[in-house]
Amino acid sequence: MKRNWLTRPALGAAFLAAIFAAGACSSSGTGTIKIGTLFAVTGGASNLGAPEQKTIEMLVAEINAQGGVDGRQIEVVYKDTQAKNENAISFAKQLIEEDKVLAILGPTTSGESMGVKDLCEQNKMLLISCAAAETITTPVSPHIFKTPQNDALAAMKIFEDMKGKGITKIGVLNANSGFGKGGKAQLEKYAPQYGITIAAAEEYNKDAKDLSDVVTKIKSAGVQAVVNWSIEPAQAIVIKNIRQLGMKQPIYQSHGFGNIKYVEAAGKEAAEGVIFPCGRLLAIDILPDSNPQKAVLRKYKSDYESKYNEEVSTFGGHAYDALMLLIQSIKNAGSTDPEKVRDALEQIKNFPGTGGIFNFSPTDHNGLTIDAFEMFTVHDGKFALYTK
Amino acid sequence: MTGIVTIFQYIISGLAQGSIYAVVAIGFNIIYNSTGIINFAQGEFVVLGAMVSITFSAIFPLWAAIAMGIAVASLYGALVEIVFVKYARAFSPLRAICLASIVFILVSASGLFSFLHPVLSILFGLAVALPFGAGGEFLLLRFQKEQNVLQLIIITIGVSILTRETMKHVWGKDVFALRYFTGTAITTISVGGVYISPQLLWVLGTVTLVVAGLYLFYKYTLVGKAMRAVSLDRKAAQLCGINARLLVTLSFILSAAIGALAGAVTSPQTSTDYKMGSSFAINGFTVAILGGLGNSFAAALAGLLLGVLESFTTAIVPSSYKEVVVIIIMLLILFFKPSGLFGKREERTLKEF
Repeated sequence: MKRNWLTRPALGAAFLAAIFAAGACSSSGTGTIKIGTLFAVTGGASNLGAPEQKTIEMLVAEINAQGGVDGRQIEVVYKDTQAKNENAISFAKQLIEEDKVLAILGPTTSGESMGVKDLCEQNKMLLISCAAAETITTPVSPHIFKTPQNDALAAMKIFEDMKGKGITKIGVLNANSGFGKGGKAQLEKYAPQYGITIAAAEEYNKDAKDLSDVVTKIKSAGVQAVVNWSIEPAQAIVIKNIRQLGMKQPIYQSHGFGNIKYVEAAGKEAAEGVIFPCGRLLAIDILPDSNPQKAVLRKYKSDYESKYNEEVSTFGGHAYDALMLLIQSIKNAGSTDPEKVRDALEQIKNFPGTGGIFNFSPTDHNGLTIDAFEMFTVHDGKFALYTK
Repeated sequence: MTGIVTIFQYIISGLAQGSIYAVVAIGFNIIYNSTGIINFAQGEFVVLGAMVSITFSAIFPLWAAIAMGIAVASLYGALVEIVFVKYARAFSPLRAICLASIVFILVSASGLFSFLHPVLSILFGLAVALPFGAGGEFLLLRFQKEQNVLQLIIITIGVSILTRETMKHVWGKDVFALRYFTGTAITTISVGGVYISPQLLWVLGTVTLVVAGLYLFYKYTLVGKAMRAVSLDRKAAQLCGINARLLVTLSFILSAAIGALAGAVTSPQTSTDYKMGSSFAINGFTVAILGGLGNSFAAALAGLLLGVLESFTTAIVPSSYKEVVVIIIMLLILFFKPSGLFGKREERTLKEF
């Protein structure tokens, strides 16, 4: 208790001093550039929010050590939302009204992003969200951007491949988690566009230990391929069950399969030939050197892993992209006038990030296309680029 | 697939699921039989056995790795019982040592001294653990009261959380799987168009052997008979010269060993991660109740029945409704037969739970 009373005013004073030192200057040509973040560092989404904030801390330290952006240091005001909407909204208000930041990075989750969207738009505050839901940037609001790829792109990528193979009748399996249900919705939405019918769709308990029964049902529907959408160990179990029931059809998995541990859990025999779309962060070594993302990904991975001694994740990558895009737009605008930075961000083209190549436009504030995903397969227990 | 083949395939799928329920459920009955408590850490015994087997399977033959998994889990079962369940009136060096070992496991798992040389880190771990063990023993002696069944059940929930978090530090959050006993994940036997994984036969074989073994153990060996006596009336058994405390420790060891065996034999199919224990425990507990608590044969049969029931439910309704249907059927069974499918009403009235 006592310690709190002592440190809080001290921190507050330091904070205020920082604000006074920099606050008035944020939109003029000198002083520090002030950015706010809304990450769920603790709480239910800490697996996502913690690497996001760590990534920003790492990058800002590096950039400031190299002299900052156009000779100006970056100053970040970090807010931990704990993945709660009410926190995100009140912190966003603070960042806008008190801290007067140039832009806000985050929030971490889709719910929070939707919660602060209108508030930021009303105050003409540039927001670069690190959450995936399509509704954050569709329809487009002038000041709202986001960096993660849409789920829909993964579904379309899978359908594109099926179309090439002449597959028209598929079975869909998904876990009863938010991720599984979201994926199923996208699959059902886009299947007709590719002339594909979903002959059987089954949702299973995400903690299921054996899925032979749902697989039997899919099998008796006589499908040409199976798509599974889950991030739990179930996605390793389902492959084994499909093969044990004598099904030889191709198995497609979601981008949640991009962790080699699932291949090991399924065994290399069962996982052989599984096809899935995934961002390139988890497959740096098998990318050709000509890929423009390779250098970015390799540097981010080695910097992050040597600094924090933990495996790099796509979530931290979303924060990486958000900050680097913002810095690029400040450089392009040649100013920290919020509207000029926003206009510059909207015009960014061919920007290699961790999530893909960003091409923003007034009608697209996500900037990623279906090419943000690469198709991978499993060969001999390892991930490999998938070629038809 | 033609109709009849499909029906058989659903039966096999149901058995695949049910055999996992069954093999986990059996472990619940042993501790229940000797103490009357439901051990909610049983799921963690299953995971611990699987994890240790997986770790050792990298260097040892499969059977040796599984034997080690069973040995480690049994030892842990004994530790848990001696520290958390046993009630002592005088200073017990054994309990102090066990307490110290648990503190040592926690310190090592947390990696507190991992920046030091391995030998030094072990010494530092011991330096922390030994005073804690002795001090903890004095505290237990001072404050522990003879617990009733309900308090002991709450303690097992605590043990389950402690074990789970420790396993998270040791093995991390990733999924692992033991290799298949016969062939690989894709090996399958086709009987007239019905496909069966050899691993299913291994699991079913284990269930049969364990049930038969326990039946013989309780019926014909002196220790088994003594255990039954303790479960029926502890005071009377003690008056007859049976060392009830030792038998309770033994039942934890046996229970952990069967749990570990269950973990090892199902791991190739289910994969294993540190937090799987609680769902194993819930499934196993449900099945043990459904069969009639205390009866291993009933638990195994109820597990298989539940699996087949689930499988056919999936065949008829979308699988997201499967659990609703199954829970309704189970509630109906317990409503009309509260002692479980195979439990006797008279037996039930003699027990606290």
